[in-house]
Amino acid sequence: MFDIDRWREIFQSINKNKLRTILSGFTIAFAIMLFTILFGIGNGLKNTFKEQFAGDSMYSIYLWAGKTTKPYKGQQSDRQVQLKNDDIKFIVDNYDSKLNGITPQISKNFQAVYKGEQDNYSVTGVYPDIQKMESAEIESGRFLTLLDLQQRNKVVAIGRLVEKDLFGQLSALGKNISLDGISYKVIGVFSDPGGSSDERKIYAPFTTLQRLYGNTDELGSVTLSYNPNLSVNQAISFSNNLTKALKEKHSVAPNDQGAIRLFNMAEVNRDTSNFMMVLNIIILFIGIGTLVAGIIGISNIMVYIVRERTKELGIRKALGATPGSIIGMIMMESILITAIAGYVGLLIGTGALKSLGTSLEKYFITNPSVNTGVVLGATIILIIAGTIAGYLPAKRAARIKPIDALNDN
Amino acid sequence: MIEIKNLHKSYPMGKESLHVLKGLNLKIEEGEFVSIMGSSGSGKSTLLNIVGLLDVHDEGDYILNGELIENLNEKKAAVLRNKFLGFVFQSFNLINYKTALENVSLPLYYAGVGRKERQETAMEYLEKVGLGAWANHLPSELSGGQKQRVAIARALVTQPKVILADEPTGALDSTTTDSVMDLLKEINNEGMTVFVITHEEEVAEQSKRIVRLKDGVIISDEKVNQKVKA
Repeated sequence: MFDIDRWREIFQSINKNKLRTILSGFTIAFAIMLFTILFGIGNGLKNTFKEQFAGDSMYSIYLWAGKTTKPYKGQQSDRQVQLKNDDIKFIVDNYDSKLNGITPQISKNFQAVYKGEQDNYSVTGVYPDIQKMESAEIESGRFLTLLDLQQRNKVVAIGRLVEKDLFGQLSALGKNISLDGISYKVIGVFSDPGGSSDERKIYAPFTTLQRLYGNTDELGSVTLSYNPNLSVNQAISFSNNLTKALKEKHSVAPNDQGAIRLFNMAEVNRDTSNFMMVLNIIILFIGIGTLVAGIIGISNIMVYIVRERTKELGIRKALGATPGSIIGMIMMESILITAIAGYVGLLIGTGALKSLGTSLEKYFITNPSVNTGVVLGATIILIIAGTIAGYLPAKRAARIKPIDALNDN
Repeated sequence: MIEIKNLHKSYPMGKESLHVLKGLNLKIEEGEFVSIMGSSGSGKSTLLNIVGLLDVHDEGDYILNGELIENLNEKKAAVLRNKFLGFVFQSFNLINYKTALENVSLPLYYAGVGRKERQETAMEYLEKVGLGAWANHLPSELSGGQKQRVAIARALVTQPKVILADEPTGALDSTTTDSVMDLLKEINNEGMTVFVITHEEEVAEQSKRIVRLKDGVIISDEKVNQKVKA
């Protein structure tokens, strides 16, 4: 029920006791502000780690070959094992359900020239799978296809920034650029959420580069990305099985660590996710600590306020105020101050986070921000705490005999 | 108006209990101006607290305006205080952040009177005590006598049945004491029952009836022959 007279009483009490109001308001606003900022910075740290460890490479497995260290099946040790095109086919045939994509990679640093413009880029020979593995988006034209691969076409898909560097405002589509003196046709331009270095890449069909630079069916390294639905443990057991199968295929001793080498990001992810969990716990701890400090602060102030007003409350009671109206008045005042101050603290906190923005990136804090729901929840907790903190002394004050309150000095 | 029969009151003092009022009998009719006299410890403040519904008695009957006071909860006491009783305290007990007018209108707020009517009535009573011009001053801007007049206006504003004054002149000098007493007499002459507690003979002599208390019993109860002031 809206009682304008009661609100008038409350506003007068707030207005005429500014110091008291500011004190309690400050405690609340400060607690919420600290909570917001600490939480935001914690989230910023988390964002940084997510960005560092959770890019496209999060689900990647890198595979390459080396020399054997043990003799096996009549072959001497120190033999160079060579991955070949049929290894890819072998992996796809046997592990298709575990794979998100697979591509061999052959990387060259070439000078790219278009008319007067030229610059150095990393040119990578790949399978079409690289597009989904890198989450690249086609801006214009198309990406490399299996047909390009089979026909060893001299075509390239270039990153958005390569087009910008070499072609300016013009479209690169259908134009020919020269890489290491050989002319390739631009069939597509892509963007990549991975950032500027990924958007300065040039992709060519793997087989084209394989033919031009070596003319063999040998592979340097193979990148797989595993199905993101696999758990970390499933991913690790997948890569263990894969290693075992490849060792078998290449006649490498099962306990030979040198010939078939594999690096699974899942193992890094496991460490990272542990680290993130610890970080989460720390952030939660800080948040709860700040809230508890705020709750204690507002409780103390409410006790003090009621103590200070004992005599006034006694007068009001002598004049006919019921206990209910005394409790109601104090609690509404408390809730009003907490709610407004909490909102102010929230605004200041989020404002501060916004103004920090990107300036803390070198301290590993990216996009420090808080979930509005979390801060609203914190404010509501403080309001409830303020209400309880106001209720207990208010109830006591409403219970004491007016004559005792009046004699109180 | 006020009838007390065999009233007892004790306060627990540790394991012992202090028997403050020992079987008081007192009847005050409407329109009387009674002063209760006694030294400190005589039980006069306790009597006022019980009469003022600020405290409860242990034994005996208390009838206020024909209503037997028993099983009084805080809420009911508050309503009865608001309706029947007006308080005047030694230390004025004005709310320091409210103006004279707001102080006077506060009992009307608790009586549930609308804002506009509250202000009009409060102003009327402030003018009655001669402080109309001070309506928007804070208590800190008023003299002791003026504060007590505001308190009296506040006591009167709900048109109670009885004005209860606890040492109303205790904090005032003799000139302002006289003016406050004149005001109380004037109110009494208009028909209001006034119940004053005091330890000053000069104050008591200005009432119409003096009840003397000693050690929790009434030792004398006599009418005063009012002298006309020269």
